[in-house]
Amino acid sequence: MRYIPHTDDEIRDMLAAVGQPGIGALFETIPEKLRWTGPLEVPAALGELEVERLLEGLARSNEHAAATPWFLGAGTYAHFIPSAIDALVSRAELTTSYTPYQAEISQGTLQTIFEWQTMICALTGMEVANASMYDGASATAEAALMAMRITRKSRIAVAAGVHPHTRQVLATYLGGLDVEIETLPVGEDGRCQIPALRDDTACLILQQPSFLGTLEDLGEAAAAARAAGALLVTTVGEALSLALLRPPGDWGADIVCGEAQSFGVPMSFGGPHLGFLTTRSKFMRQMPGRLVGQTQDGAGQRGFVLTLSTREQHIRRERATSNICTNQGLCLTMATIYLALMGRSGLREVALQNLAKAEYAKARVRESAALELAHEGPTFNEFTVRVPDDGAAALARAREAGLVGGLDLAAHHPELGPAVLVCITELARREEIDRLVQALGGNAS
Amino acid sequence: MRNATRGLAYEEALLFEQSQPGRRGVDLPALDVPEVDAAALLGQAFREEPAELPELSEVDVIRHFTRLSTWNAAVDLGLYPLGSCTMKYNPKINERLARLPGFALAHPHSPAAQVQGLLQLIYELEASLAAISGLDRVSLQPAAGAQGELAGIMMIRAYHESRGEPRHKVMIPDSAHGTNPASAALNGYDVVSVPSGSDGLLHPEAVEAAMNGDVAALMITNPNTLGLFETHIGRVCEIVHAGGGLVYGDGANLNALLGHSRPGDMGIDVMHFNLHKTFSTPHGGGGPGAGPVGVKEILAPFLPVPLVARDADGQYHWDEERPQTIGRLHGNHGNVGMLVRAYAYIRSLGPEGLRRCTEMAVLNANYLLSRLRGAFHVPFEGSVMHECVLSDRLLAETGVTTLDVAKRLIDHGYHPPTIYFPLVVAGALMIEPTESESRESLDRFADTLLDIVRETHEDPQAVMAAPQRTRLSRLDETRAARRPVLRWQPDPKE
Repeated sequence: MRYIPHTDDEIRDMLAAVGQPGIGALFETIPEKLRWTGPLEVPAALGELEVERLLEGLARSNEHAAATPWFLGAGTYAHFIPSAIDALVSRAELTTSYTPYQAEISQGTLQTIFEWQTMICALTGMEVANASMYDGASATAEAALMAMRITRKSRIAVAAGVHPHTRQVLATYLGGLDVEIETLPVGEDGRCQIPALRDDTACLILQQPSFLGTLEDLGEAAAAARAAGALLVTTVGEALSLALLRPPGDWGADIVCGEAQSFGVPMSFGGPHLGFLTTRSKFMRQMPGRLVGQTQDGAGQRGFVLTLSTREQHIRRERATSNICTNQGLCLTMATIYLALMGRSGLREVALQNLAKAEYAKARVRESAALELAHEGPTFNEFTVRVPDDGAAALARAREAGLVGGLDLAAHHPELGPAVLVCITELARREEIDRLVQALGGNAS
Repeated sequence: MRNATRGLAYEEALLFEQSQPGRRGVDLPALDVPEVDAAALLGQAFREEPAELPELSEVDVIRHFTRLSTWNAAVDLGLYPLGSCTMKYNPKINERLARLPGFALAHPHSPAAQVQGLLQLIYELEASLAAISGLDRVSLQPAAGAQGELAGIMMIRAYHESRGEPRHKVMIPDSAHGTNPASAALNGYDVVSVPSGSDGLLHPEAVEAAMNGDVAALMITNPNTLGLFETHIGRVCEIVHAGGGLVYGDGANLNALLGHSRPGDMGIDVMHFNLHKTFSTPHGGGGPGAGPVGVKEILAPFLPVPLVARDADGQYHWDEERPQTIGRLHGNHGNVGMLVRAYAYIRSLGPEGLRRCTEMAVLNANYLLSRLRGAFHVPFEGSVMHECVLSDRLLAETGVTTLDVAKRLIDHGYHPPTIYFPLVVAGALMIEPTESESRESLDRFADTLLDIVRETHEDPQAVMAAPQRTRLSRLDETRAARRPVLRWQPDPKE
């Protein structure tokens, strides 16, 4: 076995050193009736070449964004990924290390996390960020739990414009607790209708931009939350939007969380992605997850360590702020490299290209006799299109035209009628957008 | 030969301190559609000032992260004996395969018919994990072990509630990982700590004493965090089951059991797997991992949705129609990129290879223990499984502690073991060599530890001053916690 170095001679000598007659003797502490003696029912071993062929075969049968113009987003986005990212994260020092418990030999990971914390705060307009959550959905659930700890209240108001899967995960996480989840409906304009919130509300959760692509009124949301003594939680599905939209922190959000897969992390069939969670300094000690802080060594040189760990499960056990341990470290590293490469002007330009291309697509939709924009308000790179027959049929036409056309909204938002959620990123070329609009409209266009 | 010697270390400032206005690391194609007036389009929602990100060229960025990377210890540099973390070798073929566009650029919302290869992979990986563990069904959705634990506890809650008898307590041995009590509490359970016996094992009497009609489950790690097989596990599970409770198995230490014992046969009803431990997916500086959760048939109705099912005609589809499910746990289908790697690993090893991993991991732990016994205090004697726990008790008179020994190991080019855990051993050093290490590697490590013990008696100050050969000396954690600086801010004086 190529991953195991032991020779027969070594095994014999090592057994002699531990005073055991054979390998089997090492397992004698296992009661006999619990010992498994048969072969495991897993497929027989393959050589490296065979494994390669097997998985290449499995990979080949999946549609993917390198082979097909791609207009499907809905929480997972096809963006350009510079080659420098994979070259760097393929370095074994980044890939094959673990949680930086031993700071003196983990400064690479620690400084990277500190840089991420700084950059995601700049993007969200917040003051502190943690070292990642599993994904945007669990980050949102953890934000709700955090709001409950801070306010000592247990009602959650969540906009129906939050990604349906995020709302499902929220319900799962809160399922065992004594919590009321209230869903606020989407109005005709595709935005959350924010009512006066009840006084027992811990937080109001909005997604910006919403699942349907519209922009929520965060000012109104912040005011409604304040009036009820609740926190405003803003969750972000498309992190690139932060480059062009007024930061949630500026609107008065108390917790800004979400999904940062758009920053250089491949779609990977939905994971691993990059959940993030940011908040105000005053709530720092209620945060879940790991935090990296600056300090110095014995000689006064700057260095970084994991800090405020008395919040965490390995110290606080059942009184911890969360049970999270392993997070999405390498995805955080990818995103940090992405943001460093893009920089202040590059990220803005990518976001502007997304906006411009989406606006171009919306203009084509407006011209189409068969299609209609479901909402006329501003959007970023994603919007909802009403189609003439049904969403699945429209997407099938797009697929026939060699395009992955978007998400059928029938399951999630049947009230919209036949509709498709379309995402236009910097990858989309003008001619492909034209073809998409043509295909979605079908013969009628 | 020594394990490490002097070397040149690079200095590297923060990204923000190197920023030069006008630099950029990416060029975009020219826009092929009309430009737009973002301020006019977005109105009040428009961000006037771009976010203050650093400005660097591609060369700057490459050098920055390459230099940072040289400050990390890593499995590919050498033994990384972090107990309970199973820092085994991460095969390179798995990295290449996970990057194939058909995996890395696939989308979670593609219709099942368009992603049959991925669904097949998930389906087959589920079957392999079930066979390895002796459980019936497995959800691959949890993103890490702790999320798998949470899912398991939620299923236990759903099970009791479905029988109309909600319970409120979860029993956890005092040697358990911190995630166990945290996961139970996160789902609203009160935690009852059960003491382990003087031999480090959980005894049926202790479980019997704590078991009652309000106990929903026992969470148990086997082998436990002392590296000992819980020999009473069968009886312990019977007691919990007889009281109407269920048994949760923490799979962190599954690398000790592959092909030798199956948790499902012990009486465990639900457990998580750490694919980043047992199944070789890399740890990535803290993640991502993957924490599939497996169950016996009685808990299968409660598994997170969706699962993958196979039709009679060999087509795979998502199975969402599971009315008793605890719900969705992940925004998509879990950390699929890690599932691809674990699948490739299992296919590479096969039944014999997996069994061999466990055998060599256990041999390595026992061999190390045999080399270190005497120099270090061994709190619980006996044959260990995949890891061993030592303590600093024999060093007490020198003033040198476990932390000092750990830091001195760094000077010799080793990542230290897990320290001060499990909590039931004062000054614990928890060492898990894994099967990846050769005898020479183990001897070199043992010799280093014995040298440090010798040094502890001859020159304790040198050990307490460690690390001395790293770029930075020991870092002040108290200072970091007292005045938290969690992001870079420009110096107001500049």
